[in-house]
Amino acid sequence: MSGIGTGYDLSVSTFSPDGRVFQTDYAQKAVDIGGTVIGLRCNDGVVLGCEKTVVSKMLEEGSNKRTFAVDRHAGLAIAGLSADGRQVVNRAKSEASNYLSFYGDKIPGHLLSERIASFVHVFNLYWYARPFGTSVMLATMDRAGPQLYVIDPSGTAYRYFGAAVGKGRQGARTTIERLKLEQLSCADGVKEIAKILHQVHEEEKPFELELSWICEASGNEFRRVPADVVAEADRLAKAALDESDMDDD
Amino acid sequence: MNGEMRHHAEALEQELKQGEISLGTTIIAASFEGGVVLGADSRTSNGNYVANRVTDKLTQLTDRVFVCRSGSAADTQNLSMYVQHFLHQHSMELDTFVSVKTAARLATQLTYQNKNMLQAGLIVAGWDQEEGGSVYAVPLGGTLVKVPFSLGGSGSAYIYGWCDKNWRPSMTADDCRRFVHTAVSHAMARDGSSGGCIRTVTITKDGCKRTFTPGSEVPLHHGELQGAARTMQVSA
Repeated sequence: MSGIGTGYDLSVSTFSPDGRVFQTDYAQKAVDIGGTVIGLRCNDGVVLGCEKTVVSKMLEEGSNKRTFAVDRHAGLAIAGLSADGRQVVNRAKSEASNYLSFYGDKIPGHLLSERIASFVHVFNLYWYARPFGTSVMLATMDRAGPQLYVIDPSGTAYRYFGAAVGKGRQGARTTIERLKLEQLSCADGVKEIAKILHQVHEEEKPFELELSWICEASGNEFRRVPADVVAEADRLAKAALDESDMDDD
Repeated sequence: MNGEMRHHAEALEQELKQGEISLGTTIIAASFEGGVVLGADSRTSNGNYVANRVTDKLTQLTDRVFVCRSGSAADTQNLSMYVQHFLHQHSMELDTFVSVKTAARLATQLTYQNKNMLQAGLIVAGWDQEEGGSVYAVPLGGTLVKVPFSLGGSGSAYIYGWCDKNWRPSMTADDCRRFVHTAVSHAMARDGSSGGCIRTVTITKDGCKRTFTPGSEVPLHHGELQGAARTMQVSA
């Protein structure tokens, strides 16, 4: 306990002298060191992609899911601590179904994102709580068309054309910024995401691609991308990576 | 009178509390190509006493949604105020107009959750971008049914046959308003608890238009005599 600005990181109920809530910042760090998660709002829908590092050789393929449908027209991808993320998924599911039974209509994306954000934010307010170590990406399809939202551990929600969080976010963002998203279909978006995830992935560690989308191909419902489509995107991404490696040599 | 019958009679009397004012009513809402028409008589009675002869039973919920009220005046007035309140709050968080379905859904929630305390038969009708003109019946128990047209109140019993015969799915706004107007006038002629004037509201994408037909101009039907107001007009 020496110097100004120390000792303010134990509770979310005290600001540091320079105006930070350290627990919230640390929660963001937990997201930043996790696997990369990418979301693209294409011209016909939204694609979410996760880089899942395979923690054991004995792990079954497809375990530790990171994308979840919360309603027919909405789904989440969770970055960071997946156990924390599942709390958010559960809340999002009940928000969506409560809205439906109360108003008789599916919840609009912007409202769902607001409600998830409010839920997440509450954990930044009390000394006995800890913020979620997770950022969630929300893909929705409603009257406003396809939308992509990101809600971070502080409970901030923003709407994006394209977003990346997790370990490889910086590299991923620069690549996403170069994409012409208004000309990109979800079918192409899947391939782009696979490419980016391979590109930003640290070598020698195996990883699994998990992709979900909501577009015409999925019947305008939030679904996992079919295995054959993922396999094809994976193959193309590896080929592209090999090619660029050869250029480097 | 045996005990069981007396019990039943007492229960019936208790449906309305002592001194409670009821809308022994005729209400109707009908959809047409591009909108809906709502109609109602204007009588509010307390037993034999006409508490209000120019009542407005067509209450606005949002820009493009109205409700026809029947049953207890107090219950339905307050129920509509609650629905207005919730819809207003909801329209603040949505950036579009609230749908007719949502308005009707809120009305059922309130009627169903308080069914033991309420005496309210509602018809929610209006226009929205998704469904165009639509009519939702919300009867006593809190059921919610989407229908092409709906009748309510004590006077409705006299005009079901006529309405079933004469309603057509693709009427013009004018035809539909005439249909509603005639239906209400027939019910008013036969039902002792309906009468006074006829009010209608026509709702389309362009907005809401009200009409008011004073008692002196309500069409006469079989066996009816000219009222005093009409006689005075003729003599003047």
